[in-house]
Amino acid sequence: MNAPVDLDHARIAASTPLDRLDPSNPAIFRDDTWQPYFARLRREAPVHYTAESMFGPFWSISTYKEIMQCELAHKVLSSDSLHGGITIRDRDKALRLPMFIAMDPPQHDDQRKVVQPIVAPANLAKLEHMIRERAIRILEDLPRNETFNWVDRVSIELTVAMLATLFDFPQEERRKLSHWSDCATALPMPGGLIENEEQREAVFAEMLGAFMTLWNERVNADPRPDLISMLAHGEATRNMTPREFMGNLILLIVGGNDTTRNSISGGVLFLNENPAEYDKLRANPALIETMVPEIIRYQTPLAHMRRTAVADYEIGGKTIRAGDKVVMWYISGNRDEAAIEQPDRFIIDRARPRQHLSFGFGIHRCVGNRLAELQLKILWEEILKRFPKIEVVGPAERTYSSFVHGITNLPVRIPG
Amino acid sequence: MPQVTYIEHNGTEHRIELEPGRSVMQGALDNGIPGIDADCGGECACATCHVYVDEAWLAKCGTAGEQEASMLSFAATAEPNSRLSCQITMSPELDGLVVRMPEAQH
Repeated sequence: MNAPVDLDHARIAASTPLDRLDPSNPAIFRDDTWQPYFARLRREAPVHYTAESMFGPFWSISTYKEIMQCELAHKVLSSDSLHGGITIRDRDKALRLPMFIAMDPPQHDDQRKVVQPIVAPANLAKLEHMIRERAIRILEDLPRNETFNWVDRVSIELTVAMLATLFDFPQEERRKLSHWSDCATALPMPGGLIENEEQREAVFAEMLGAFMTLWNERVNADPRPDLISMLAHGEATRNMTPREFMGNLILLIVGGNDTTRNSISGGVLFLNENPAEYDKLRANPALIETMVPEIIRYQTPLAHMRRTAVADYEIGGKTIRAGDKVVMWYISGNRDEAAIEQPDRFIIDRARPRQHLSFGFGIHRCVGNRLAELQLKILWEEILKRFPKIEVVGPAERTYSSFVHGITNLPVRIPG
Repeated sequence: MPQVTYIEHNGTEHRIELEPGRSVMQGALDNGIPGIDADCGGECACATCHVYVDEAWLAKCGTAGEQEASMLSFAATAEPNSRLSCQITMSPELDGLVVRMPEAQH
């Protein structure tokens, strides 16, 4: 079941005129039919221009090498929210959200350095015991011989508990964090989680209110090793506007939430799709070490990052003009045969499993990458101690988004 | 051939021969020396081949370029003698180079 090929999509991807190809359509991610579109782009146009899409015109970068080149070109390819930020979807200028991922140096560097000690090696070592206790509790509570949604019971539960700890946010209200995260990334549509931007702003205001209370408590207390206290006391962050505080909160919540959640879900799905790999893992649990980065590559929980050219930029024989939107498709670069051997296969014992694009590269490389890996590692260690098998018993349902590459429902059953 | 000594965070030493022109990062990977991840493969884009250069060799290794300095500034355990080993190219003048590995690569 590797690399699902939907014949119809393979045909459409092959027969659409190249200049009409639109890899940003969220439906191809929801339906898991994105593969042939990107395979064609990698083959025929690693730097490709789509003139019309629901997100307006944009350039696609689909190969590993060219994505790496863009990651290093941060002086020309800006992340600044003033130009549109880091996702393909433009937001109304009045609603723009400053956050350090959507800033350029030097402001980006200064704000990033305020929060990065939370994931320093010494702090990760402190978190390890707590993550393990939580993982054990979550796994011990799971039903046997009964179908349940792995995403809800395990993936969301473990990631929001972790996030609540990092913020020192009340644990009993931790599900608010995943709700805010989902609202932050949802595409507005009738009947959707968010129907319009006004609704989203109302959710953000509620979130800001809750965190302002925590900020006010902590700004007047001694510095503590939680993210809110760090922001409240940090030189580069203590005078942030409320809007900037809001932006950085959304960054930290989405960054700590969606990505790990969807990799936790993806791992169960991939092992079920690849029973020989599941056997290999059971026979040798030490393979968790190389499986974890492979899960993160294979899932690619954020399908892309966006930049905006602030000057003309030459790449792959094409000229990107100042002002153009550039989308680096990590999900495609991670399937590039020129960089990764047998990229469409899920192989848990690759020699260099961390050579993937899921965390990005360059100055914006994911701050929490090692924490994400640690959570997955501990979870799988505890799963293997308890359950010989977690069976996927129905089709996975996925997020309607070309940014968050997510799994919303994964029906499973644990025999026993 | 010039030699390099890598010292793991736990004190384990590895001395290897490294052909001039190859990077100190590649030397570690080619010889299976633990403690250097090199996630980006030598593009100066991730800071997971971070090493501390022995003071005696610091000047001979040259100074970090702008991109390297930027990546190092985000490394959790950076010190004034930190370098990215993918940016140190072996040469006869570096024969005997000693580098130490940090507690973890981020």
